[in-house]
Amino acid sequence: MLDVARIRKDFPVLDRQVHGRPLVYLDSAATSQKPRVVIEAMARVYETYNSNVHRGVHALAEECTESYEDARGKIARFVGADPRGLVFTKNVTEAINLVAYSWARTRLGEGDILLSTQLEHHANIVPWQLVQPIAGYDLRYVPVTGDGFLDVEAFDEIVSSGRVKLFAVSAVSNVLGTIVPVAELAARVRAANPDAVVVVDGAQRVPHMPTDMAELDADFLGFTGHKMCGPTGIGVLAGKPELLEAMPPFLGGGEMIANVTLEGTTFNEVPYKFEAGTPPYAEAIGLGAAVDYLSGLGMDAIREHEIELLSEALDALGAVEGITVHGPKDPHARGAAISFAIDGIHPHDIGTLMDREGVAVRAGHHCAKPLMRVLGAPATTRASFYLYNSPDEIGALVDAIDVTKKFFEA
Amino acid sequence: MTSAMDDLYHEIILDHYRKPRNRSGELEPCDVHVHHSNPLCGDELDLRLHVEAGKVDKLAFEGEGCSISMAAASAMTEAVLGRELTDADDLAESFRLMMHGEGVKREDDLLDGVAFQGVAKFPVRVKCALLGWMALKDAMDTYREGEAEHRVTHE
Repeated sequence: MLDVARIRKDFPVLDRQVHGRPLVYLDSAATSQKPRVVIEAMARVYETYNSNVHRGVHALAEECTESYEDARGKIARFVGADPRGLVFTKNVTEAINLVAYSWARTRLGEGDILLSTQLEHHANIVPWQLVQPIAGYDLRYVPVTGDGFLDVEAFDEIVSSGRVKLFAVSAVSNVLGTIVPVAELAARVRAANPDAVVVVDGAQRVPHMPTDMAELDADFLGFTGHKMCGPTGIGVLAGKPELLEAMPPFLGGGEMIANVTLEGTTFNEVPYKFEAGTPPYAEAIGLGAAVDYLSGLGMDAIREHEIELLSEALDALGAVEGITVHGPKDPHARGAAISFAIDGIHPHDIGTLMDREGVAVRAGHHCAKPLMRVLGAPATTRASFYLYNSPDEIGALVDAIDVTKKFFEA
Repeated sequence: MTSAMDDLYHEIILDHYRKPRNRSGELEPCDVHVHHSNPLCGDELDLRLHVEAGKVDKLAFEGEGCSISMAAASAMTEAVLGRELTDADDLAESFRLMMHGEGVKREDDLLDGVAFQGVAKFPVRVKCALLGWMALKDAMDTYREGEAEHRVTHE
């Protein structure tokens, strides 16, 4: 069991008020708040040992490089990845673009299928669309069923062709919260085509539940620091080192080279081959501190806490007249985000009114417009939870919904 | 409810939202039909216009969107009905300036449109209030170009 009252004291921003009311922050699926240890770890970089990494031989450069590489090791262990395959990126979006431009562009061609799903965030759709005309593969999507799961029959039909060479899927939907059985689907893709690779968007999973690359059966796993108590501007592509080694670089510049002449360049070893230019080392070190913080509490305990919150929230929302909850109804089948609709009230009106009650929720299409089309709604309101949310805040959510409904009914 | 909130959801705005004026998906006769969407919000608006002797003779809107966008479109239809097209252009410009906090001109002519002044304090909602008025300007431009249909997506 998490001691939420104690955890909340670690997050300075949770103390603040919004429009004269205590902040009820239910938008962690967009970005999480930061614990003091992360803020301090980054301040420590700048105050005590700031220096460019992997360059220079002076004491600060060594300290900073060691700290940066130490963070890489911690973050790799956190998801069961090989540190040699752990590439720091700007965010999960850049991680997926890296795979699209470096792997899909060079390995896929006509006759191959690149399979994604209708459940995806735009970050797991648009990069594949951009590379499609260059590589010439067929880009297909697994449809979503009315109850918010991937349509397994349709999936099997596409996969059985044996032509799927890359399967790109979210581990947890950012809109519906649906947990995707990635390992099960990956096994079917591989059974039909042993050369296929599996790319997992872990943005909504890695922050919330224990994640292991091997258990997921992922060749590439992307995730983003700011959704897991870490800073912005830092993300991760964890890949199998042998795959990364065989791939051409994505961005060119300093750090990623072994030798440069004006005629040509040989490249550094992985993961550095994919880290062109000065990396965001303070952010990487901040993410390392975030991983320490989450590990200290235990990802199992965090997941358990979120299941309790989800159960309460699903029950509480289900009891409100005129509310439709999208996605799976079983808290064990979903991550920590709940999208809902209130009859006759537009999500933007809901978001504005709830904000005035101090409740921060997200209203919009959540960067998942193809999924919104499946839901038949241009936008939804999403409440999302994290380790620092308490059951009291679900009460505040329901109260704010009541205020909103009464306001527009009057 | 705070005072800023009263400004955003002014009683007049809520009244137009609950009881929209000139809201219909049909208009007979109809010279021009425009469809405007705001993909970021998911707002959709259809505006149909009939012009007689250079004046807005009839118009009707239909759409899906937040209270601000629908109420603003409703208030717009009342404010421009019967006006010369050039006059309606000028009124639309007055409304646009008001939404950008640049003062209120032609207060009496905007009718209930004046109630949207407070929306200017909510920058993310300004484009909601402008949707109907932009559709109007586009409908009049489309008519003047001799076309009958136009679709616009606002980024």
